[in-house]
Parts: sequence; C-alpha cells; structure tokens
Amino acid sequence: MSQQSKINAPKSVSGPVTWLDDRTGLANLANKKFLRKVFPDHWSFMLGEIALWSFVILLLTGVFLTFWFKPSMAEVEYHGSYELLRGLHMSDAYSSTLDISFDVRAGLLMRQVHHWAAILFIAAMMVHMLRILFTGAFRKPREINYVIGSLLLMLGILEGFAGYSLPDDLLSGTGLRIAEGLIRSVPVVGTYTSFFAFGGEFPGDDMIPRLYMLHILLIPGLLIALVTAHLVLLYYHKHTQWPGPGRTNRNVVGEPFLPIYTAKAGGFFFIIFGVTSLMGALLQINPVWKYGPYNPSEVTAGSQPDWYMGIAEGLLRIMPGWETEVFGYTLSWNVLLPGVVAPGVLFTIALLYPFIEQWITGDKREHHLLQRPRNAPSRTAFIVSLMTVYGLLWFAGGNDIIALKFDLDLNWITRFMRVLIFIGPPIAFIITKRICLGLQRADRERALHGFETGIIMRAPSGEYTERHAPLSSTETWKLVSHEQYDRPELEPAVDENGVANPASRRSRLRSKVWAFWYDDDVTNVSREELEEAHSHTDGHHRAEGTEVEGADEPSELEPKH
Amino acid sequence: MRLLSARLSARRRHPLAGLVVLLLGLGIAGGLYATVAPKPAEANAAQQELVADGRKLFLVGCASCHGKNAEGIMNASGSQQGPPLIGVGAAAVDFQVSTGRMPMAQTGAQAPRKDPLYTDEQTEALAAFVASLGPGPAIPAAEDYDYEDATEEEIVRGGELWRTNCTACHNFNASGGALPDGKYAPSLVGVDAKHMYEAMQIGPQQMPVFSDNVMTPEDKRNVIAYVKHLEQQDQPNPGGFALGSLGPVSEGLFGWIVGIGGLVIVTVWITGHGARVKK
Repeated sequence: MSQQSKINAPKSVSGPVTWLDDRTGLANLANKKFLRKVFPDHWSFMLGEIALWSFVILLLTGVFLTFWFKPSMAEVEYHGSYELLRGLHMSDAYSSTLDISFDVRAGLLMRQVHHWAAILFIAAMMVHMLRILFTGAFRKPREINYVIGSLLLMLGILEGFAGYSLPDDLLSGTGLRIAEGLIRSVPVVGTYTSFFAFGGEFPGDDMIPRLYMLHILLIPGLLIALVTAHLVLLYYHKHTQWPGPGRTNRNVVGEPFLPIYTAKAGGFFFIIFGVTSLMGALLQINPVWKYGPYNPSEVTAGSQPDWYMGIAEGLLRIMPGWETEVFGYTLSWNVLLPGVVAPGVLFTIALLYPFIEQWITGDKREHHLLQRPRNAPSRTAFIVSLMTVYGLLWFAGGNDIIALKFDLDLNWITRFMRVLIFIGPPIAFIITKRICLGLQRADRERALHGFETGIIMRAPSGEYTERHAPLSSTETWKLVSHEQYDRPELEPAVDENGVANPASRRSRLRSKVWAFWYDDDVTNVSREELEEAHSHTDGHHRAEGTEVEGADEPSELEPKH
Repeated sequence: MRLLSARLSARRRHPLAGLVVLLLGLGIAGGLYATVAPKPAEANAAQQELVADGRKLFLVGCASCHGKNAEGIMNASGSQQGPPLIGVGAAAVDFQVSTGRMPMAQTGAQAPRKDPLYTDEQTEALAAFVASLGPGPAIPAAEDYDYEDATEEEIVRGGELWRTNCTACHNFNASGGALPDGKYAPSLVGVDAKHMYEAMQIGPQQMPVFSDNVMTPEDKRNVIAYVKHLEQQDQPNPGGFALGSLGPVSEGLFGWIVGIGGLVIVTVWITGHGARVKK
C-alpha cells in the first residue's frame, strides 16, 4: 500500500492493483528477480519462440474450430453451399468441415490459419532443435530439457497427424489407412491393436471421435504441461549465450525480461500471428472439398501426409517389397521396417544424442556458453548427416510430385534414393567435417597472424607482402576461447590383483570412439602461441594506430582445458 | 377381279410362268435392297475425296512409323516403331492429332501434349482415312460432351465417378500425376471436353478404355461436367493461391520457405534492433 502511494499512481490503477496484490502477492513476485531474468540477444534464440507462439495460435484457432466441427462418423446427406458435393452421403465430420469452410463466417480463414500454424509449429520445433544440437546447448544441465523438447516434437507430430485425419476427407482417410497398415505390420499384436484402435474393421465408426479426443484434449494437455516444464527449466537454467568478453559460464549477458524482452517477445507473437494470418488468407491449404469424402475404394494422386510425416512416407516408398511367411503368418518387412522400426531408431538417436556425447567426452561439468558449430566438427557433421537422411527421405516421400514436375522417371528416383540413403549420410559427414576443420584452421590462422589489411608492401629486395593487423581482444577471444577435450584415460587391462578389469574393454571402446570424434580437431591456440605471435606481430607488421588489447587480459585469453 | 385371278390361275402352268415369278421376286428383292441396305462408301463422293486426302497426308506424316497401310512397323529388335491403326477409329486420330500428341517429335516414354501440327481440315481427313480402314469409335458429336446444362445431381454423380476412377492418376484437382517409368497422367486443366470424352472412349497411351458398357455416354459427360465445374469453381479459388493443387508436398514447401524462412528473417531483425545495439 505504501509503495503504491509513493509512485503516485492514479487511484483507478492503484486500487485494483493493490486489491489484487493483497490477495495474491503478485507485486512481491514482480519485484523479485523473476521478471528481471536476463535473455541474451541472438536471432537463433528466437526459433523456439516461433514454435511457442504458433502453438498459442493453434490453441486460439482450434477453439474456434471446435465450435462447429462435429466429430462423428454418422452418415449424413450434404446440403451446404458447396455445389459439387451437394446431395452426397458423407460423414458428419466431413460435412461439418465443409460447413466451416463455406458456411461459417471466417471459418475457412480459421481452418487455414490453424493448418499453417501447425505446419510452422512443428517446423519451428525442428529448427529450434537443430540450433540446440549445433551449438551444444543440450549439455549439462540442460539434458532433461532437451528430452522434454524432443518429446514435444514427437507429440506435436502425433497431434498434427490426428488433426490431419479429422476432416475425414479422402486425404485423411488415406493417411489413416497407412497408419492402420503400420499398426498391423507389428508382429503378433498388430492386428489386435488395429481392431482395438479402430473399434473393429477399418475404417469403422469410432476413429474420428477417438482422434478428436486425442487432438483437442489429451495431446494438447500433454503439450501444455511439457511446454510449461520446458519454460520453467529454461528460467531455472537461465539462457545459454555465445562466448564473448565478460561472458562466462557463471553469468548471462543480455536484456531483462521486463521490459525489453517482453516487448520483443510480445511483438514477435503479433508478427507470427500476422504471418500465419496472411498465409491463411492468401495460400490455400488442404482444400478438403476437392478431395471429397473418404471412401476406402478411392485414392488420389498427390496423396501425401503433411511435411512432418514425409520421412515416414519416404521410407515406405523406397522400401523394397520384402515379406516373409512364418508358420502361415506374413511378416511384412516392407511396412514394419520403414514404418515402425526406422522412425523409432531415428528418433531414439536424436533423443539420446546428449547422453552419447557425454559418454564419449566424460564431461560432467555445467555449460552455459555455446559452441560454434565449427568447434565441434564431428558433432556438426553428424547432425548434418542426420539432416541428410531426413532430407533424402523427405524427397523420396514426394517422389511422384518430383517426377511429374521435373519430367523424371519415378522408378529411377526410387532406385537412386535406395542407394543414396546409405551413401549420402557418410558423404555429408565427411564434407561437413572437412568444412569445419577448414574453418577451424582459418580461425587459428586469424588469431595468430591477425587479419589481412589489404595493404601490399614492397620490400627493398622487391618482395611483396601483405600487411596483417592484429585482431581486437574481443575478436581474438571469440576465436580462441573454446574448450577442447582430452582423450579419456584408459582403464588398466588388469587391476592391482592381476585380475582382468571388466571396465577396460569399455574404456578402450570409449577411447576409440573419442579418437574418431575428436582426433582430427584443429588444436586450439594456446596462450604461449598467442603471446609469441603477438610479439612477432609487434616487431614487424603492426598496423599504425592499432593497439594490441589482448595483452591487457591475459587471464581471459587462456583457453581452458 | 375374280376374272383376273381366274385367268391367272388358269395360266399358272404356262411355260413362262416360272420366269415371270422369278423376275418379280428379283425385282422386289432388288428394290428392297436398294432402299434398306447400307450405302457403300463410294456412294459419297465428298467422303471419298476426304479419305483420299487423308491417305496422302498419312503417307507423308504418319506412314514412316505406322506403315503405309497403317499396319504398324516393327523394329529389328522386335519392339514397335508405331502400332497398327486399323480399327482404332476416327476418335483416336482426332484425339492424338488435334492435341498435338501425334506426330511425335521424338520417341519417349509418352507422347506429350503440344501445339497441333495439322489444321482441323487435315485432322478430319486423317481421321476419315483411318476410319475407312476398319470400324472403330467415331468422333463424338457435340451433344455427347455438352456439359453446360448438366444438372447439379449429374455433376455430383460425375464427381463420384471421377474420384473412383480418375483421381488415382490424374489427381483430385486434375493437376496430373506420375506413373511408372517416366510416364504420367497429364493435367486436365484447360483440356477440351471433346478430348476428355475421346480419351475415355479410346484409352490413349497409359489410360484404360472406359467403353460405353463400363461408363455410359451420360456418365462420361457427367465426369466432364464435374472436372469443368471444378475448374470454374476455382475462379476465384476459395482459400487463396492453390500452390499448384498438388497436395501437401507443395504446402510443406511453402510452409518452410515462406513461413519459417520469413520468420527467421524477422528474428534477425528483432534481435538486431535492441536497446543495446548502437547504430
């Protein structure tokens, strides 16, 4: 109360605020560090926010759609405004989707904004995940948050697929048919699970109401819970930052949550809302009225899932038709491997990567400073090879559209992909690693010899040289401050009693993996090398008016090992 | 009268009676034949001239692959240079030539649609020539494919037939689709109703034949009516720019490039304009 009178707020404001504060203690919370949380500024730190805000847009538009959508597979005769389907028998779900599109004011806009926001939601989660992986932001203490993020991505994909299936048009039915095939391909339990999920033979009458429950209740509930946990942990850990002068593992340099960051994040929400609204207004997405009601005997060219299921589609499309018969039962490898096993393996690799890397390095310390992708060459190369797998499968999932639009042979695209899916990732790994190592060498060169001034000097002997000028300490710090790992010590093959040491074999494996992962890295510039190089530069090529500031803070320039 | 019949009856054993009856019978049969029997091709001089013109054109433009008598040509390797055209009918010639598919510019997986090389009169002559070689489907009359006055019920029925029989290759929006080994089902956007009708009749290239027993002429017209209305209904397109009407592949492409691409540019802009950034 006394605080309010001090700042002389008008009574109309101070009254309700005080009332609220007396009952909730919110002002106390606001005064604390909570709202002064610091966020560093970098464009790549905003990618997760795209996902967050598209999720908010999904909730808003989704609520609108639930007012008119009827999650029922009961057969009705369509009598809405879309002439080309009038009088046709269809499910209530499809009929109400048509009504939303043609007879509900702003219904089509909301449907399209919802769909575009869904596409952005998952795409943003994925680029956000790539940023985390490329910069090493998943390292201790953020492993749990990484796992939560991965689960969010997986749930987001499931949520998207459930939404894609709800309109009960030809495309969603075709997608469900594939999902049914994937379930059935699981040995022994597949058929039972399929009958359980669909309430009998496909398509049955139960699937749409069940998916609706998953789509608007269960999965969004889980998503909201996990998003909250994700953000709470983000607050708790504080944001990571790029290395620079004055930035350490024990501080965060950036702007406070209130007011600057709030303004930026809030403004960003409106920009994202604007972009999705523009896309919803201008770009047609999923014209359900053209697909027609689902009918198991129909299918259309250009039947694809939304992009995030594209790799599952691609895997199915390039898989040879292998089947085995065991005791009169067919094992459909052609569906089981690409539809169930391969996506599971890919997802598990992505989920476990932080723990795998931790095992290789043996690093149990906290990290709040990010790594430049080039300073972790093998990791960067590994992620690029995973992206290559993803991209190739994506491409394979759209093979018919590519064949049609680029006048290519469909079968040859498939054959090409069958080979490339195995040789592409190693090639991508090697190329990326070489690029990273080249950049590391260039960095080392720059740190030791300064930058090229473009000034050509001619010696009395006639020799031409380019003058190099030393970097500022800020620049140098960015180039030389990153850490490198030492090869883990081998456990002795036998313990002190001369008995074979069971830990030895594991430690040798770890050492070998370490060597593969880190041996090629360009050794970081040491303090001695830097001092030596600077004294050398001082004597000969020091550009006029340039101060070597790095010498003032030798302790900061020392790379930590 | 009685007198006449009595006189005829009296002379029925006359030696010339048989001859008279024979002549009478022949006369009646000949007269009936002249009025009832189909007229031979030679009867129509104009048609004969058309066929002759068509034959000339055929010998110049088509015979190198299809043979001088349209009997087809086999390569040395046993593959077909050009199929025999006897019995394909005028509809096939009209479809292939007036959509520019024939003559082919080069061999390939499939003859693509291009600007026609022959005028309408020349096409007619070619069709007449090929039709004269053997019976086959004739060029449909304008009222067969006139979809303008199709009722709503007929259009909806056409849509059901379309989704059941056609979308698997031609795509839900008639945007076309890929087929094995470099072949494809072409886009039907902007295609003449007559050509759609003929295509269903003759099953050109990869397309199956939808004979009148399989799909009645009325149903063919209904399918055409649906496709044409689908096209007209797109003006303006509900929902905005259709992204090629190719389904989720192009939607994903736009989502990534326009959506994520655009928003990443915005993130760079937002973080580049902070309170701390000095210009």
